[in-house]
Formats: sequence, structure tokens, C-alpha cells
Amino acid sequence: MYNEKVEELLNEVKNIFLSVKDKTELESLKQEYLSKNGKITQINSLIKEVPNEEKREFGMKVNEVKTYFNEEYERLNSEFELKAINEKLESERIDITLPGKKVKRGSKHPMSRIQEEFEDIFISMGYTIYDGPEIESDENCFQKLNLPKGHPARDAQDTFYLKDEYEKFLIRSQTSTAQVRAMEENKEKGPLRIVCPGKVYRRDEDATHSHQFMQIEGLVIDENVSMADLKGTLEVFCKKILGEKTQVRFRPSFFPFTEPSVEVDVTCFKCGGKGCSLCKQTGWIEVLGAGMVHPNVLEMSGYDSKKYQGFAFGTGMDRFAMFKYGIPDIRTIYGNDIRFLNQFDRKDNE
Amino acid sequence: MLLSRKFVSEYVDLPEDLSIKQIADDMTSVGNEYDSAQKLINCTNLTVGEVIECEMHPDSDHLHCCKVNVGDEILDIVCGAPNVRKGLKVIVALDGAKLPGGEIKKGMIRGQVSNGMLCSKAELGIDNKFLEAKDKEGIHELPSDAIVGSDPIKLLGLDDEVIDFELTSNRGDLLSILGMAYELGAIYRKNVKDMDLSYVENNEDINNEFKIDIQTEDCTLFLAKKVKNITIKESPDFIKSRLIASGIRPINNVVDISNYVMLETGQPLHFYDSLSLGNTLIVRNANEGETLTTLDGILRTLNIEDIVISNERESVGLAGVMGGLSTEVEDNTKEIIIESAIFNSIKIRKTSKKILRSEASNRFEKGLDPKRTYMAIDRCCNLLEKYADATIVGGMVIYDNEKKEDKSIDIKVEKINKVLGVNVTKEETIEIFEALGFKVFDNNDYLTVVVPSRRLDIKITEDLIEEVGRIYGMDKIEGKLPVFESKLTKNNNIKRVIRNWLVDKGLNETLSYSLIPIEDVHKYTLDEFESISLADPMSEDRNTLRYSLLSSLKQIYDYNNARNNSDISIFEIGKSFYKENGEYKESNHLAILMSGDYYLDIKNTSVDFYVIKGIVEELLDYLGYTGRYSFDANSLLPNEFHPGQSANIIVQGEKLGIIGKLHPNVSKKDIFVFEINLDKLLNLYPTKMTYKDIPKYPSIVKDVAFIIDKDITNEEIVKVIKKNGGKLLVDVLVFDIYTGDKIDKNKKSLAYNLTFRDNNKTLTEDEVMVIFNNIIRGVENKFNAVLRDK
Repeated sequence: MYNEKVEELLNEVKNIFLSVKDKTELESLKQEYLSKNGKITQINSLIKEVPNEEKREFGMKVNEVKTYFNEEYERLNSEFELKAINEKLESERIDITLPGKKVKRGSKHPMSRIQEEFEDIFISMGYTIYDGPEIESDENCFQKLNLPKGHPARDAQDTFYLKDEYEKFLIRSQTSTAQVRAMEENKEKGPLRIVCPGKVYRRDEDATHSHQFMQIEGLVIDENVSMADLKGTLEVFCKKILGEKTQVRFRPSFFPFTEPSVEVDVTCFKCGGKGCSLCKQTGWIEVLGAGMVHPNVLEMSGYDSKKYQGFAFGTGMDRFAMFKYGIPDIRTIYGNDIRFLNQFDRKDNE
Repeated sequence: MLLSRKFVSEYVDLPEDLSIKQIADDMTSVGNEYDSAQKLINCTNLTVGEVIECEMHPDSDHLHCCKVNVGDEILDIVCGAPNVRKGLKVIVALDGAKLPGGEIKKGMIRGQVSNGMLCSKAELGIDNKFLEAKDKEGIHELPSDAIVGSDPIKLLGLDDEVIDFELTSNRGDLLSILGMAYELGAIYRKNVKDMDLSYVENNEDINNEFKIDIQTEDCTLFLAKKVKNITIKESPDFIKSRLIASGIRPINNVVDISNYVMLETGQPLHFYDSLSLGNTLIVRNANEGETLTTLDGILRTLNIEDIVISNERESVGLAGVMGGLSTEVEDNTKEIIIESAIFNSIKIRKTSKKILRSEASNRFEKGLDPKRTYMAIDRCCNLLEKYADATIVGGMVIYDNEKKEDKSIDIKVEKINKVLGVNVTKEETIEIFEALGFKVFDNNDYLTVVVPSRRLDIKITEDLIEEVGRIYGMDKIEGKLPVFESKLTKNNNIKRVIRNWLVDKGLNETLSYSLIPIEDVHKYTLDEFESISLADPMSEDRNTLRYSLLSSLKQIYDYNNARNNSDISIFEIGKSFYKENGEYKESNHLAILMSGDYYLDIKNTSVDFYVIKGIVEELLDYLGYTGRYSFDANSLLPNEFHPGQSANIIVQGEKLGIIGKLHPNVSKKDIFVFEINLDKLLNLYPTKMTYKDIPKYPSIVKDVAFIIDKDITNEEIVKVIKKNGGKLLVDVLVFDIYTGDKIDKNKKSLAYNLTFRDNNKTLTEDEVMVIFNNIIRGVENKFNAVLRDK
């Protein structure tokens, strides 16, 4: 009799899941069958009444019902949960084509980029960055660079002297003045390896000249550095900045603070040396002035020119920035139009 | 410097097959750059023709129809020149001829066939300054013996090629044909030919009648020579064409000879009309305010820096720059005094900069070879005798304080190789010096090089090393990397760190001019300082060095705002300049300007005081100054700042910066700025970054909101909270500010998160409540605050 009841319940249980539509119905079935007063719970409590010889079979059958119920319950429950998750996901679908929330990207000025690039190359070659003042004495900017008062080469740099300080104080017209400062500050008067990047000022203004621009000066002093070392150094530098295929050419020239002096040409970065409008069909572009430090310059800053020799080089960084980024007019660099600045909002190419 | 190939070829044989471009390139490779290298006359398909018939054009009152014999044919050519006539020898541009004005093509002119053009000198592209009136009005008339079918350019002596050099300032010697000849001779290993300096003197002696009186140290060499019985006439063609190729206008034989000799020798000369001059020449410094009418007819006022030449009555020339009008050589001049001299190059440079840059002053400025000063006199006499029928008066008046010895410099070949980094042999070195025209004595372990006086630029061993490098070829030097003792390099990259941080925060870096108008220099600051202006600014907008960077950033804002770009967040690191106790000072400043939208969401948020303050606080914290700075709104602020939304920034008791909104008088738009003295800030050692134990025990957070009077600041409240909170209160954070309908309009509500923690044990709720209530009571009592219900 007890077994029939269980049998009946099993058959009932086998049917009830067929029509369950959702999680609520499933949960009410659980309530109906497995709660304190649930049908399966109640049948289970009959075990006390079941005669001993039937107890085992009864117990097994009740378990069978329970197992069946639980398996079906779990199956449907995960089915409903999956469905619910899918519905939730579907309802959360968004328009991924709308723009992301912008984290504003700033921009580093192209001249800072070039300066950092130059600095990094020379730091990697063991140079120290030297930062000199922009207001300079005539002595440091000219006289100690072998440009005495009245020297015709002074004409090439139309200088901004300070008020009431004619031929005394100026805003520096060249970073070469750092040569003098670095040598004078080096009390041991021994080897030196510096580069000095910075602002310089000249009375000049057009599409390729700004009254304020950026130069970098390099100076190496040691007992045995030669023009060949200078050339090797500049070759490495120019290839790094302008590309591996760049060739470097030395042409004799004149600067009062170096002897011998050279102008340094590189193969045109636009045409690669074939000849174009940028290089005026020559295939070469003049980018640096350089030479061996003049013994007078060494001596004036307290160095023994019999023992030491050195090389120096200098160049305008604006030109490199103009070449590198294709900026046609130097005045754009100092115009600070936000539409210009915003173009430099990413990392540089290696 | 324009170099005529024909001119220089008189003194050095250049290989015939070399193109002018090649010569120019070879000169560049030894250090002499050029601008252009081309034919003097750039025309093709020209020939000499003879007009054999010349009729009026049937349909024109000024055109002629000509038949022109060009040798192998007779051409019909229509010509509009008034001087065209039968029998005239003319320059004919044939069909296809290229002239500076365009190409000549066969065609019809008012119904008549024209197979070419008869040319004027102007049409050949000869510079206007070399043309006379007749050259502009009509076609050029060739001499009657001109051979039909020959090259008219050759006939005119203009079949020349010219290089326009841009010389370096040390090579004054190259401002002469002779100098160029030596340089080219060194390149092509050719000898320089001698100049013809011969002439006959009469038996008079100039010293008997003529005196010079040198009253200034600014004249070191002065020579005067007298020439009589001259005939003023047109120069021979070769002189005229050499002058034209060199860019100098021919005038008459005598004036042309002075210019011709200057071109040859590099020594500027002056010829005085002897009769107008008198018997004395004085060289002296000008009197202050003295006046002189120069050759160009302009009255010049002079000062003591200028050197003048005068006679017994008045000044007659501005030494080294230009002669005076009163003693000019004129058509009726019969006797001249030739002056060949050397003046102080610096003084000449100053005077010419002020008055006029001339061919002469350019040469004086670069320095002259005293040997040439003598040579030029002789060359003048040679040419005047030949081409002006002159009688050369014997003797010369001489004042000579110049050293004329050639310099001897000792040099070791090892030193050359050590400096250049090459391996030249002694033999190569000697060969190079000899090619340059230097004498070399081989003393086995060193060489003695005798440098001729023309090479004023060569003074020391290094100059000789450069000569070897130039001729050997600087470009033959093989580059190598120097070998150094390794050493730690110093790189103070703090500016880079700040720059990167601000760029990461979305700001644009700017780079503006250090020079600003003087009226802006004291703006945006209350600091007292002496500003620094320029002696000779390019414009009034850029006459003073900036102190604050903010006027530059404001200018950048205005520039962009005028172009409808008003979302601006920019910064700049640059120098601030000022004078203190007579000394020039400069220090690095950092400035920021923000306006418009900063957070670029779909819902943009405009910049306000708290946005820029947040950036400044974060930056100062990042740099290691947490807790060491404060914002002080109670001290005086510059007029350019909004008094209610600005503050000075105090770091460790010193005012280092300013932050705030610009005053509506400065900008109607809301602009927020910040500036700090970076050098002073970075001089303060940043707090060390060290590990602190991670709290072992939990914290308890309590919220509280107070309603208080509007003018009570957050800072005041936090102070009281902290005082009452004691050690266990570890953090105070404002999380809400409210003003509005729900509370009195003179009040505001500030809400705080208070975090409590004990590092030695877990706090109980009861312990916290005791402190919490203390805090509330403290704030209530101090500020008359009311606790706001949640």
C-alpha cells in the first residue's frame, strides 16, 4: 500500500514538470513537493508507519522520487537561469558605435620633442646636458669665442643687446656660449663632454628665420679627439635623427671659435640625394657647423691647448623640427595655434 | 664676390674642358661656397647680321621691314627700333633663340613675315646699371667691321662665365682676382702668372711738391703717386667687359682703371683731381659733427669714429668708404693723385655700416696685404700709361707703419694627423703647401712654412692644419667614434618629468617668445623687480624680456579664441627675467592657463577654479610636496586676478606662485591660470617616498553634514574637526556641498566622510561615537553650525 502511494507520487512527479513555464512555477513546485508540508516530505515521513520488511523498498522508491524531482528541478532551473541571463544580456545591448568617454590627450610641443630626442642621443653617448643662461655677457658670447669687438664675423649674427649695455650684455645669439661656461666651470680643466640645447635670439624674421629659435651646441675636450671623431659622432647623430641611409659630408668653412672649421651637409632627406627643390638640386642640405676648438678659445678659458684639443658643433633645432614634421614656416612653431599643437598628441615614430 | 672666368684666366690657366659649375663645386669643396655659376649672357642662337634693305612697314608708322644678311641666308625681319637702317651691323636673334625675355619664333607682324629679331643690349639680359640711354631706346649698333655670321657676344667681349661666391669673412684675400688665381692654382696645381707692373717715370719727384700728414693711428700705410697729362675717354672693351662681369659699371678710362686694379689686387684706390686737391693730404679722425659731401652728392655728418682724408681747407673723402665730391675726377681732369692706403678695419666697418657698404669698404673691413698696397699703385701707373696716355711723375709719398714680412710657422706632420684624424705623409703635406704658394723648409722632424703676406687669415699652426685639410679634402676624413673614459652623465630631467605629467593630464605645451611689450611686464604679479629691455628691439611689441609667462599664455588664448577655439588648456615652462641689485637674473617658471571645456565627455564640463586647483595639487603632490603647500586667499593679489577666486600659493612659508581666475577687466570669458617659480620650488628637497605599514585593523567611517554661514571656509572647519578628532581620526574628506532652497540663503551645507582607525587594535563603535560627538560639538560651538538631517 505504501509502495503504491510512492509509485503514484513518482508518476505524478514525472508529469508535473512538463508544463512548467518559468522560474516562479518551478519554485512553487519545489514548495509543493519539498517544503515541510510538501508531498515528497510527507510521504517520506510515512516511513515510521511502513512495516519493517517493506521499509527498504519504500525508502529506495522515495529516494527515486526525490532524485527524479531534484534532477528535473536542476535541469529546468539552469535552463531558466540561462534564459534569464540571455534576456538580461539582450536588454543590456548598447550602441557600441557611440564615442568612448574621452580622456583628454595633451600634446608636447614639437620643439620639446626634438630637444628631448637630441638630448637622448647624446646622453646615450655619454654627454652631459648643460643648461646655460639666456642673458649673456659679450665676453662669453663673443670675446672668449675668439670674436673680439669689431670682428667682421659678428655681422652674421645681428645681436639683441640689452638697453644701455651695448657690447656688454645681450640675450645670447648662439648656444656656443655654453662652450665658454662649461670650460670655465670645469675647475680641473680636464676632459669635457657636453651638449647645451636652448633658446637663442637674433634680429631676423621671415619664413625660415625667427627672432627667437632653438640651437644645440656640443663640445668634447680630450687629449686626442680629432676631426675624424667629430665626423664619426655627427654621422651617428645624423643617421639617428634623419634615418640610417643619411650620409654626412664635410666642407671646409670658417668660424672664429674653431680651426679647422667645417660646414656639415647631409644627403637631402626629401629626395635622398637625387636632387630636388628642397636641396636646390644639389642632393645635399647644410645642417651643422662644426670644427676643432680654436686654441685661443681653449686658452682663454684656462685650458692648456698644448695638452688638450677638442671638437665643437652647433645646429638650429628648429630646422630639424621643420624637416621632421614637414612644417613649412618657422612662425607656425611659435604661433601656438591649438590646431597646430593638437597635432603633436601622440608618441613619435622611432 | 663675382668672379669672371676670363678675368681670372689672365693669371691662372684653368683647364679648358672644366665647366663653370665644376669650377664652382671644386671651390666649394675647399671652403668657398657659391650662389650661382653661369654664363654672363644667357642667350642662344645669336649671330651678327647686316641690314641690306630697310623699308617702312606698309601698315605701321614706326615698324620697318628689313632684309638681313646673316651669312648663310637673307632673312626678312620686322624691326621697331628707331635707329635701324640700311648698312647697319646688328645682333640677330634667329628662330628658336632663347633670350631672357622669352623664345624668338618665326611669325607675322601686321601681315609681314618676320624670321627673327634685331636686339638691343637690354634684350640680351645685361643689367640695367650697365646700360646707357641709347641701349634702352634702340638696337645695338655693332662696329662696321663686325663679321657677318660670327658670334656677337664674343664680339662684345661678354662671352664670359661668372661665379657668384659667398665668401667667409676670414678670406679677404679672395676679394681679388689674384687671390682667386692662387686658390684655383692650389686646386688645379697651376702656377699664378705675374702681373705687368712696368711703366716709365718722368724725372720729377712728387716729394718736392706734395706732402702727406698722417694724424691718426687708424691709418697704418698711406701711399700717394702723381700722374699727369691724362686723357679721359672710354675704356678699352676688355676693361669694360671685365668690370661688367664683376658687377661694376664702367664710367671712363681713369675711373675704370681704379676699379679694375681694385678687382685685380683687392686694394681699393682713390684718385683725386690734383688741381682741386692742392698739395697736401691729411689723414685724421673726423671732428664731431663735421660734414662732408660724398661722391653721390649726399651731405654726411661725421663723428670722431670716422676717418677722413682732407686737404688744407676741408675734408675731401671718407677714408675707405667713399670719396668727396669736391675733388672728383671729371672729364677735364688732367692730373691725378693716386691714393693707396690701409685703414683700421674696425673703424671702416663701423663707418660703412652707418653710411654705405661699398666694394672698397668691404675690402678694407676684411683686412689688406700691405704688399698689394704698393703693387696696386704700380699696376695703376702701368694701365694709366697704356690706356690714358699718362705721364707718371717720379717718386712716391710714403707713410708706412705696416709689417710686411711673411710669417714663418713651424708644424709637425704628426700634429696635422692628430688634429684631422688622417694619415697624410710629409711629402703630401709639402706638396699641398707648395700648391698654395707657401714656401716650405724641411727640418726633418718638423716643417717651417713661410706664409705669404696675402694670407692674413693664417696666423697659427691650426690655421695651417686647416689649409692641409682643405686641399687634402675635409670630406676624405673617415669618421670614427671617439674612445672615452666612461663616466656617469648628469641629466637633470625634472622639466621633462613635469612636461610629461602635464601632457598626460591633457594639457597642450606651448612655446612662446620671451620678448613682450614693456607695458605688460609687470602684469600678473605683485613682485617688485626691475625689468630688462632691449637696446634695439625689432618692434615695440617685443622690446622687453618677460617676467611672468602669463601674459604670453593670455596672448595665445586670445589668438586661439579669435579663431573660435576657446577650449584651451595649455602650459609652458620658460625663463623669467629680471634685474636685481644691478645683476641680471633668470629663473624657470611654470605657467598653466585653462578655459572652456576640459573633460571632453558627451556632457562637457567647463573649467572652474577647482579643476585647475586639482591639477596644481596633484602636480605638487606628484613632485613630492604633499602637505607642504597651502593656498592663501587673504593676501594681496595682482589687479589681473578675480579677488574672490584667486590665491597665492605658499610652499613652506614662501610665496612661490599664484592661482586663480582672471579679472573680468582682463577677460570676459572665464579663464583660470597658475604660475609658479619652478627653480625656487625645486630647490626645496621633495619628501622622501618611504613605505608605511598597511593598517592591520579595520577603520570605521562616519558621515556628517553641517549647515553653516556661507563665508566659513572648508579649511576652517577641517581644522576644528581635526583638532577634536585627535589621533584616531585618520582622514577627513568633503563629499558634498549644498546651497539652495532647502536651507537658508545665507547658509551652506558641507558634508564630510570621517575615517577613524587605531593602528593597535580594532576600534569599537562606542569608542568612535565618543570622538564623533566631540567633533560635532566642536564644530557646532565654534561656527554656530547646525547638524543637517540625512
